[in-house]
Amino acid sequence: MAEFSLKQGSKVQKGKRHNNGDSMSKPQTFEIYRWNPDDGANPRLDQYAVDAASCGPMVLDALLKIKDEIDPTLTFRRSCREGICGSCAMNINGVNTLACIQSIAALKAPVKIYPLPHMQVIKDLVPDLSHFFAQHAALEPWLKTSGPTPELERSQTPAQREALDGLYECILCACCSTSCPSYWWNSDQYLGPANLLQAYRWIADSRDDATESRLDQLDDTFALYRCHTIMNCTSACPKGLNPGRAIGQIKSMIAKG
Amino acid sequence: MKVAANRPLSPHLQVYRPQLTSVLSIGHRATGIILCFGALALSVWLISLALGEPAFDAYTGLLNTSIGKVFMLGWLFSFFYHLCNGVRHLCWDAGYGYGIAQVYRSGWMMVLAAFGMTIIALFSAG
Repeated sequence: MAEFSLKQGSKVQKGKRHNNGDSMSKPQTFEIYRWNPDDGANPRLDQYAVDAASCGPMVLDALLKIKDEIDPTLTFRRSCREGICGSCAMNINGVNTLACIQSIAALKAPVKIYPLPHMQVIKDLVPDLSHFFAQHAALEPWLKTSGPTPELERSQTPAQREALDGLYECILCACCSTSCPSYWWNSDQYLGPANLLQAYRWIADSRDDATESRLDQLDDTFALYRCHTIMNCTSACPKGLNPGRAIGQIKSMIAKG
Repeated sequence: MKVAANRPLSPHLQVYRPQLTSVLSIGHRATGIILCFGALALSVWLISLALGEPAFDAYTGLLNTSIGKVFMLGWLFSFFYHLCNGVRHLCWDAGYGYGIAQVYRSGWMMVLAAFGMTIIALFSAG
């Protein structure tokens, strides 16, 4: 049964204000979810003022500035700072996106930052993605072929290659899956939008010979059909991909046999 | 690696911004539930009809109270909402309308159509 409210230990409490923006020329307030596994306290929402005049344009710039100049204990994942690694996925002003490509100026103040929704929190903005990646690994996300290995590369027509556009770009940041209410309540069995898009990426690949067994694996009340076409996934995807459509295409292929 | 046993669950419904996509989906489920109660009300109406005039009069009297009328109006709207959004789902299942701009357009069209059909039905019923 779906639980709609947060259990006692997960409830977010009012945190502390680390600094005020009085001496700043363009103060901007950030409210950030904090949880420390070592102090036994509930999660809390801390406030930080950042001088937008000396801060880079993106939310990740502000997080790095806070960590460098105000509070070195603030914990979050980041790597490429250009929207290709998927590390800094988080919930910013109520929507999942990548902090590194989300402009601060486009957001209403104060900017509220939470970890990806309905995930176990390791610390602050770092969620535990082990289950998400285990689901991905279970899809056997590699090219499976049956015939003999060709002497040159496995060639595709331009049209066959185009069938992978909008699929191969997925960076597995989990923004879509953790925006999906169905994934919140059913992620123990439901694969969620990101992993279903990944599954379809191999199904749609003209070089892959395992289409039938891949579809068989997905033809399950929970794994696939917990998708109710809510479309929060497509609305959230920071790469502009369409997991909702990919799932629809899987359903259609299974229905047509 | 030692895993903390007291890991919190990150906020979900509490923080995720409601948007047309999720709100219309919740609406579809809610109207579906209301339709169940509507079907129940319809069956009781038929039973009261079979039981004879006093039962029938009592039941229609109940439906004509203000609470009964609010329920009937909600049921009527739920019927058209569920119908129109059902057509939207059929289009998706046929492979059309997955672009996010299309999702928003069909969503607003569906809401308008449901309201319009409810009003037309109200007036044509007198």
